[in-house]
Amino acid sequence: MKTLRILQTPGGDDGQGTVPPSAFHVDEHEHHDPAPTVQLGFWIYLMSDCILFAGLFATFAVLSQNFAGGPTGRELFDLPYVAVETALLLLSSLSYGAAMLAVNAGRRGAVMFWLAVTFLLGLAFIGMELNEFHHMIAEGAGPDRSGFLSAFFTLVGTHGLHVTSGLVWMAIMMVQLGLRGLNPTTNRRLMCLSLFWHFLDIVWIGVFSFVYLLGAAA
Amino acid sequence: MSAHDMQAHASGHGGHGSLRSYAIGFVLAVILTVLPFWAVMTGAVTGGSAVALVMGTAAVQMVVHLIFFLHVDGSSDRWTLLSLLFTAIVLVILVGGSLWVMYHLDHNMMAMPMSMTE
Repeated sequence: MKTLRILQTPGGDDGQGTVPPSAFHVDEHEHHDPAPTVQLGFWIYLMSDCILFAGLFATFAVLSQNFAGGPTGRELFDLPYVAVETALLLLSSLSYGAAMLAVNAGRRGAVMFWLAVTFLLGLAFIGMELNEFHHMIAEGAGPDRSGFLSAFFTLVGTHGLHVTSGLVWMAIMMVQLGLRGLNPTTNRRLMCLSLFWHFLDIVWIGVFSFVYLLGAAA
Repeated sequence: MSAHDMQAHASGHGGHGSLRSYAIGFVLAVILTVLPFWAVMTGAVTGGSAVALVMGTAAVQMVVHLIFFLHVDGSSDRWTLLSLLFTAIVLVILVGGSLWVMYHLDHNMMAMPMSMTE
């Protein structure tokens, strides 16, 4: 994306913010770079997703004490297990950062490598989460047990579904990189996926803090 | 300009600057994650102070991730920042309002038998 911009605005290197329209007159006829618009649009999608999660967090907060005689968070949650899940997601954020650095450097092989690392870390996270859900449901602590557990499965499950979508997107990007290599289009998509992936890690901070830690501390 | 600025921020002045920002963000995130986990798992901090610690470190870590991983800071595009601010306000109203209303609902319903003995 950076190279594209440099091509488009030869005099715009210093352009922090307002570049006078005259700076663009040379290449007015050239194709307009859609990246900033796409990225703002994607950002606004993330903000709306944030509202969705806020609704689920609010629901969980309201229902967090409605155990209906069933198991509480303190009895159910295995904090070392959650700590490993947290570590996996945090490391995947770092490895995606490494992938973006490789994108900026234009090194396709390195991008593929770091995307694969991120994918495996994300996959391990989802595997652990499914395993946790499976054990809880097998113990009779499924989403039908109490209001607390309904809210728990909805909130944590929605986050898990988001991570799964991110994994599908990442797999598709690896295929696209293999077929087409790094170009302005794949760069833009990788940038959006980067925002998505880091955003999911931020949501997870809320999940491990408010659901698991406060649930176990209460 | 957000993409340009983010890109400029991400690539810094050469690759090292951004690697540094990811590294700083990662180290801060690890500290802010380990601290609440340690406090709750060892029981070193309990009750209200544990709640305050967990919520405080979560809030700070979210900001750390925003700045160092999503590269949202003062140099970001105005619409990015405005939509973030708007979302934060909606979030506070939604979560705070729900808790406030439901707490008072619980409170009033439990108080009902008492108030009827007039």
